[in-house]
Amino acid sequence: MVIVLGVVLLLTMAAALFIGAADTTSVIITEIRAPRMALGVLIGAGLGVSGALLQGSLRNPLADPGIVGVSAGAALGAVIAVAFGAAYSSWWAAVAATAVGIAAILAVVWIARGRDGHTEVVTLILGGVAITAFAAAVLSVVVTLSDTAGARSTTFWTTGSLALATWPGFFTTLPFVVIGLVMAFIVARPLDVMSLGDRAARAGGIEVHRTRTIALVAAVLLVAAGVAVVGVIVFVGLVVPHAIRMLVGPRHAWVITGSAIGGAVLLLWSDTIARTVASPLELPLGVVTAVIGAPVFLLLLRRTRASQGGWA
Amino acid sequence: MSDSFRPSDPTILSADSVRVLTGGRARLDGVTVTIRRGSVHALVGPNGSGKSTLLAALAGDLSVDSGTVLMQGRPWSDYNVRKAAQLRALLAQETPLAFPFTVREVVRWGRLPWEGTDAATDDDAIVTRALTDHGLVELLDRTVPSLSGGERARVHLARVMAQQTPLLLLDEADAALDLAGQAHLDEAVRRRREAGVAVVLVTHDLSRVAGLADEVTLLDHGKVLAQGPTDTMLNAAHLSDAYGVPVREGHIDELRHFWVADD
Repeated sequence: MVIVLGVVLLLTMAAALFIGAADTTSVIITEIRAPRMALGVLIGAGLGVSGALLQGSLRNPLADPGIVGVSAGAALGAVIAVAFGAAYSSWWAAVAATAVGIAAILAVVWIARGRDGHTEVVTLILGGVAITAFAAAVLSVVVTLSDTAGARSTTFWTTGSLALATWPGFFTTLPFVVIGLVMAFIVARPLDVMSLGDRAARAGGIEVHRTRTIALVAAVLLVAAGVAVVGVIVFVGLVVPHAIRMLVGPRHAWVITGSAIGGAVLLLWSDTIARTVASPLELPLGVVTAVIGAPVFLLLLRRTRASQGGWA
Repeated sequence: MSDSFRPSDPTILSADSVRVLTGGRARLDGVTVTIRRGSVHALVGPNGSGKSTLLAALAGDLSVDSGTVLMQGRPWSDYNVRKAAQLRALLAQETPLAFPFTVREVVRWGRLPWEGTDAATDDDAIVTRALTDHGLVELLDRTVPSLSGGERARVHLARVMAQQTPLLLLDEADAALDLAGQAHLDEAVRRRREAGVAVVLVTHDLSRVAGLADEVTLLDHGKVLAQGPTDTMLNAAHLSDAYGVPVREGHIDELRHFWVADD
């Protein structure tokens, strides 16, 4: 199954390079579409795995870096770094994005913390809504007041786009995603056992607190640098792990592998749609993923309500 | 199973004057219990008497406000999570599963504390044995959330049995089981006892306690009301006292049974 997914990814990468306006000259492909495609793979993989880690470690089917407020926090961190003189898409912007993203996830988890490692579905979402609104408000103030941060609009941050993708942006994001992936595979097995709940998992020899901490930090590393470079892209982290679980089962080692590939595929196709559907105009990528992801989110919300009896 | 299951000290776990408070109320108040290797110890008492709290305290899953809990002579805090999981297995009343793992996978998790140790060489045999003992062979590839309540209970029972610890703590493991399931459970518990394992069980089935447990602790309002050998301490007078209803005692096929009188 993973091999099939890998082949799909390769075809998608080729499509991302060659689908588009007729003037597919080599310069456009190597200088514009190649970094765009490479960055899309990284960011999509990061989002997919981040969602898988959040859902697994919080035992919450509706967790996603956008929904829990990590992405908005990361955007705020990046903007603050830029306001203090860091360059867009720079390493410092990515570090600041990661720091504020971690603060956001800690705040939301603290609010939504329920019994036995389970987070209440609705409290988590509402906490995420509040964090996202707060981060977006502060972000727009910084964008308005700062000369350096004013060069990119609030809309750029809230509906991400790969249109400004460059090779430096790719290399800024790369180490964060790689480290996040390594951490994800380290906690894959303990996360499996943690589906029993904290108490039973601990009695079964799992370092529950350490596992969750690593998973949450990894979930932030996987998306924060990407947000710093291209802005917030919603719903990919929510939808992809659910689809992958249906294909490969619930084991986290496979869900993480599949979500990395699936996230990249979904993001590249979304981006290809974003830049071709209204050509020569381009839609923001975050708009396309929202159009695909929001209905899926509603379906999942309904299913979760049914299985957990109301607003559990 | 190795010889380490029968070290010289017959006591594996001792709790002394344990007190646990929640919200200013004493859930356990001066409880003293000694758990011995190769014996079955039942914790009984009415709802809210503190059985599950005591079990959690014995498992090191709950910190006590005063008193001591010593596992092989040392407080639980001396053991790391993995070492503790090699020493005791705990079956909670309910174990919801967040994702649809299969029966085979979940039972296999019982072997995780032993990963990388010599004991891990027997993993396959131990898992197969646990699956067979609890009648799960036909359900191997089913996902656990798709099973009935009783089948799920058997899966988690097999999981903690596969953990192969010298101390086994079962919180109402029999509650969801049918007659055959209960018989398999009792059989497994007896086999463990023969192997030198100390088993602590919480249950409401007093007649089964009479047939299975060597020792009993009868709790009421967080205090020990009666404690000692099941044959003498589990009797109609003590039970009437604890449950506040007139309990009668009789024999069926030489096994003791308890029921509530009509009058």
